[in-house]
Amino acid sequence: MHLQNWLRAALSADWQNGGFGIYVHWPFCQAKCPYCDFNSHVSREIDERRWLNAYLAELDRAAAELPGRVVNAVFFGGGTPSLMHPDTVAAIIERIRKHWPMPNDPEITLEANPGSVEAGRFRGYADGGVTRISMGVQALNDRDLKRLGRIHTVDEAKKAFEIAHSTFERVSFDLIYARQDQTLEDWKKELNEALCLAIDHLSLYQLTIEKGTAFSDRYEKGGLTGLPVEDLAADMYDVTNELCERAGLFGYEVSNYAKVGAESRHNLIYWRYGDYLGIGPGAHGRLTIDGVKYATEHFKMPNAWLENAERGRGEKIRDALSGTDQANEYLIMGLRITEGIDTTRLENLAGAKIDTTALTHLTDLGLIEQSGSHLRTTPQGRLLLNSVIGELIY
Amino acid sequence: MRRQSFAKTMGKARRIRHLDQGVKPTHIQLMTELNKIRNFSIVAHIDHGKSTLADRLIQETGTVKDRDMQEQMLDSMDIERERGITIKANTVRIDYKADDGENYVLNLIDTPGHVDFAYEVSRSMRAVEGSLLVVDSSQGVEAQTLANVYHAMDADHEIVSILNKIDLPASDCDRVAEQIEDVIGLDATDAIQVSAKTGQGIHETLEAIVKKLPAPKGERNAPLKAMLVDSWYDAYLGVIVLVRIIDGVLKKGERIKMLSNGSVHHVDRIGVFKPQREEIDELGPGEIGFLTASIKQVRDTRVGDTITHEKKGTEDALPGFKPAQPVVFCGLFPVDSAEFEDLRDAIDKLALNDASFSFEMETSAALGFGFRCGFLGLLHLEVIRDRIEREYDIELITTAPSVIYHIHMKDGTMQELHNPADMPDLTFVDHMQEPRIKATILVPDEYLGDVLKLCQDRRGIQEDLTYAGTRAMVVYDLPLNEVVFDFYDRLKSVTKGYASFDYQMMGYRQDFLVKMSILVNDEPVDALSTMVHRDRAEMRGRAMVEKLKDLIPRHMFKIPIQAAIGGKVIARETLSAMRKDVTAKCYGGDATRKKKLLEKQKAGKKKMRQFGKVDIPQEAFISALKMDG
Repeated sequence: MHLQNWLRAALSADWQNGGFGIYVHWPFCQAKCPYCDFNSHVSREIDERRWLNAYLAELDRAAAELPGRVVNAVFFGGGTPSLMHPDTVAAIIERIRKHWPMPNDPEITLEANPGSVEAGRFRGYADGGVTRISMGVQALNDRDLKRLGRIHTVDEAKKAFEIAHSTFERVSFDLIYARQDQTLEDWKKELNEALCLAIDHLSLYQLTIEKGTAFSDRYEKGGLTGLPVEDLAADMYDVTNELCERAGLFGYEVSNYAKVGAESRHNLIYWRYGDYLGIGPGAHGRLTIDGVKYATEHFKMPNAWLENAERGRGEKIRDALSGTDQANEYLIMGLRITEGIDTTRLENLAGAKIDTTALTHLTDLGLIEQSGSHLRTTPQGRLLLNSVIGELIY
Repeated sequence: MRRQSFAKTMGKARRIRHLDQGVKPTHIQLMTELNKIRNFSIVAHIDHGKSTLADRLIQETGTVKDRDMQEQMLDSMDIERERGITIKANTVRIDYKADDGENYVLNLIDTPGHVDFAYEVSRSMRAVEGSLLVVDSSQGVEAQTLANVYHAMDADHEIVSILNKIDLPASDCDRVAEQIEDVIGLDATDAIQVSAKTGQGIHETLEAIVKKLPAPKGERNAPLKAMLVDSWYDAYLGVIVLVRIIDGVLKKGERIKMLSNGSVHHVDRIGVFKPQREEIDELGPGEIGFLTASIKQVRDTRVGDTITHEKKGTEDALPGFKPAQPVVFCGLFPVDSAEFEDLRDAIDKLALNDASFSFEMETSAALGFGFRCGFLGLLHLEVIRDRIEREYDIELITTAPSVIYHIHMKDGTMQELHNPADMPDLTFVDHMQEPRIKATILVPDEYLGDVLKLCQDRRGIQEDLTYAGTRAMVVYDLPLNEVVFDFYDRLKSVTKGYASFDYQMMGYRQDFLVKMSILVNDEPVDALSTMVHRDRAEMRGRAMVEKLKDLIPRHMFKIPIQAAIGGKVIARETLSAMRKDVTAKCYGGDATRKKKLLEKQKAGKKKMRQFGKVDIPQEAFISALKMDG
């Protein structure tokens, strides 16, 4: 029976269009980082059993309307999901497996803080089914870690990473660069060090001042000086691509680098504009049901979500997406990845041809490449992605 | 209570016209003996107390009760009030029982004070026999005072000097009286010392009006001859025409004729302003009042025209009549192109009440549909533009003001050029002429050097430089095209606001003028072309391309910005390409947020003008032309 479902799913539209994944949001952190605009909260008392039951109830409800899918990947994000008890994670994975088939080598990622406490739980996560760890290292010097409001040190991070490496086959870590007072040379040195540590995947983000964060308040008030100007930030990006490639990690998305085959399958579902179920406070989803693609959003505040999930529904918003909406989302997501998009799929979604004048213009500028119905951004195009998308958006 | 000014009083009077609909007008016989009439205007610089003095005269004579005076504050156009300027002429009739025991009728005409309305001023001056020259005794004579006092002298006025604001600690009557004698050449020995604020000297002023100013002359039995002093539109009565009767008698119900175009109208109402409108049956020689005759458009009533009876009228037109001639042109375009029809409506409505404002439709490759408009001067331009933006709520892009050039063609014909975009092919052009002005600037001597440099930089030729105390008076012959843009702003800035400036048109002179085009990404942007003197083209071109480089946002590609004369590039800058514009993180939850952001970005682009592949922000069209030196 499992085989039959798997086959059907393999041939169905969502597989072709990016696959199906599940995102589980754990909203709690030990401390809030000043640059972070994710839905994270600091709370002293968490009744983890209650939370587990809420997640399970959400999974049961989703399973009823999403039968016959294959789950390609699961992602525990946050917040800090490495604050969850391994048993909670294991129970969620078990429930997912109960409802949907998974491939033989499923990708089940958990985001982890690189602290000593978390490292002690890694064995438990692995036993519960987690196959991949994504670690928020962020910087490889203590001064900058402090500036970024991180509560761990470089030594702790390296030790945690060792443990993760000995426990999981796949471990990735994040760094934030284009930081205050960082020179191009500083970053080259730090990145080379990171590439020596790295196994097969790195996420390298340029620091962005997001609205509503502590950094943004400081920036508005004239604080947070020494951030790189546009030209330096662009040079840093170019150097990043170059050094990663030399180390065999290819930039497969704007900020993600991996050895061939080691790309994050879960994140690729977003960028290939597949279907994903998002559960937990503030989680977003994209679900195709009876031929209609919906954008879903769960209650944002932890307690509001918990109570609603217990009462019967953590989902707050469910909007049907028009063809144009879907086309624009596909553009926004698909042009981020090196493999690019299929213009036939794009035009079918939009019900209209792509703007060929804009295509010619962007091609002439060396920002995109096209062959047949296959369209992708060049590295320069990815660095100017917002403007490129601005030209092509429906 | 400076705001409680005469201009406002008159504005109120205009408003009252419809408030008192249905109230039976008081029909009183007002025809007055010529020797009991005195007609006068007040000449003063802004802020020297003209309006307050007028208010005091009205109050002192009991023309308006003290109690009502408090209510005369609001009204008149916001722009007149805010800028402290008078745009339309106003009159008030004051009944005064003099010390000699006789009852006099004093007619005051309040004239626009600004050079843009020089023609209107000169007509108002011709309608009266004398002037009060009001000078702030703490400030002294200003350039604008001079220009207007010359209008008064041209009209052969008797002039009574008033030294105002003597209550101020800085008041120095001796110095200012001396200045009046030195600079203007008027005998100031009998100057009256006044404080319009405290009322001191007001009675003496009224007596001087009666004793020193001449009575009007006129022939009651001659054919009707009246001067059209000003006119404005009233929603209830149609056009209200301000007239001065020279000869003959004008009665209600008569048919009158405008000599300039022969149009005939039936007079519905005749009256005077006290300052509220009061209807009377007739106006005789020497009198000033108003008439209405169901005239629909202000355009049909030309300032300076002669009004007579349809039958047995005079055929002698009053001298000096000329139709309004715009001297400054610019394009007005709606920021939102969807508002073009609203702009058309607004312009049509404004034109109803302003005969001196001309317009025609214009299309610009950069700015779309708009209007090319002609104005009497820069103030006039600003007033109209402000009114469109404020009263009609339409955001405008104003293109660089241009003067009228005379293009003399090789075939001997002459074309007027109002818009650099219409410049004919140079191979057919023999030579070009540009309008010149005579500029008079009064400035404290510590700023003189900066003022001379400014005038010199603007191709000025010094004609005169004299001193009156610590103030210098410089007279320059300047090309109008160097003045229309930001000369006044620059003058104010280099003199910290202490200079006063006035000018008069001096006719046309040949010079080496060229059309300078601006090319953005190799395409000419018509709305940015200007006429410049050849010798200044490089400097202007350089300044403009540098400005534009800062004003245009970076694009995905590098953008050359060039200034060119014909095919020859004289200045060039390159706006380098944008290098980074990407969101670092974008996962499942970000698609929605990102999409909204991009859609907003797309809407924002509509606020820019797309030119070729380049988006040029609106402010660039005006800011690029401002010169810093």
